[in-house]
Amino acid sequence: MMTQRVNIDKKVLSENDRLAAEIRSQLARKKIVTLNLVSSPGSGKTSLLEKTLAALKKELSIAVIAGDVQTQNDAVRLEKAGGPIVRPIITGGACHLDARMVSRVLAELPLDEVDLLFIENVGNLVCPSSYDLGEDMKVVLISTTEGDDKPLKYPGMFRRSSTMVINKVDLLGTSDFELSRARENALQINGSLKVFEVSCRSGEGLDKWYAWLGKLVSDKKGVSAPE
Amino acid sequence: MHELGIADSIVKTVLKEMEQRKLKHLQAVGVRVGVLTDVVPEALEFSFQAITNGTPLSSARLKIEQVPLRAKCRACGKEAEIEQFLFVCPHCENRDLEIIQGDELHIDYIETSDPEVGHG
Repeated sequence: MMTQRVNIDKKVLSENDRLAAEIRSQLARKKIVTLNLVSSPGSGKTSLLEKTLAALKKELSIAVIAGDVQTQNDAVRLEKAGGPIVRPIITGGACHLDARMVSRVLAELPLDEVDLLFIENVGNLVCPSSYDLGEDMKVVLISTTEGDDKPLKYPGMFRRSSTMVINKVDLLGTSDFELSRARENALQINGSLKVFEVSCRSGEGLDKWYAWLGKLVSDKKGVSAPE
Repeated sequence: MHELGIADSIVKTVLKEMEQRKLKHLQAVGVRVGVLTDVVPEALEFSFQAITNGTPLSSARLKIEQVPLRAKCRACGKEAEIEQFLFVCPHCENRDLEIIQGDELHIDYIETSDPEVGHG
């Protein structure tokens, strides 16, 4: 019997991409800045969000969708930090969030009140990179207690991110991590990556991060940032 | 291990195509996987085998074509293959490059020996 070849030519994740596009236009209509926060486990995604919520809660209405494989621990921490709008997604084993999970949770959020939405992805630098969640951009976080070659090991994630935050700079010198090397490795993968160097523990560098977030929100709303 | 989720998306899409084209059996499913997707071909094949057991796809083999990275320089306009994820234009050393292949996850074709192939 003859075997015939039939062309399909479809994206594998076309269903996810379709939902992500719906989410993106929904969030654009509400003028909500949406950041998909990705990192290895333990880089400090939740710490960065705790600091950010506490620092900006008077100026901005921030919502967080906190993804985790198990437990609502991160969501509980974030609620304590002053985020009244925190929703957990427990993936129950899945190593990444997908657009369907985000879409379900978005329906529960008071979007009319939100200026800035963080989607805290599952701690993993491989799987979340393929799944568009409808975000404005991915923000990848690494910390100085990891290898400074992380960008070279996970090029997909660093290439698809627009911004990189290097956390735990207060611990520089206690490990072999070199800031300049980490930066250079990341820029080699993605020359247009915006880089922040912070310590969520000491507070160092966070002012620039907050100012940048504020500007993203005011740009989205179409008003000029206060001087 | 996102290969299982990706295999699941492939199977769902292919089953839908089979239904539309009234196909009962497939010999193969051809996919293109860019190196930037971090998909491990062996893990994807394994996942595909595991979840197609007992489905109309059980006899289908997953044929994976790995696609190397190519990019176009936004400064000099020339194209080049990107090796080891070093995103620097080999012609002018500019770092602002547009990826033209190597980040895709695409179902290319299916192969069938069913007599009637509809074009639905």
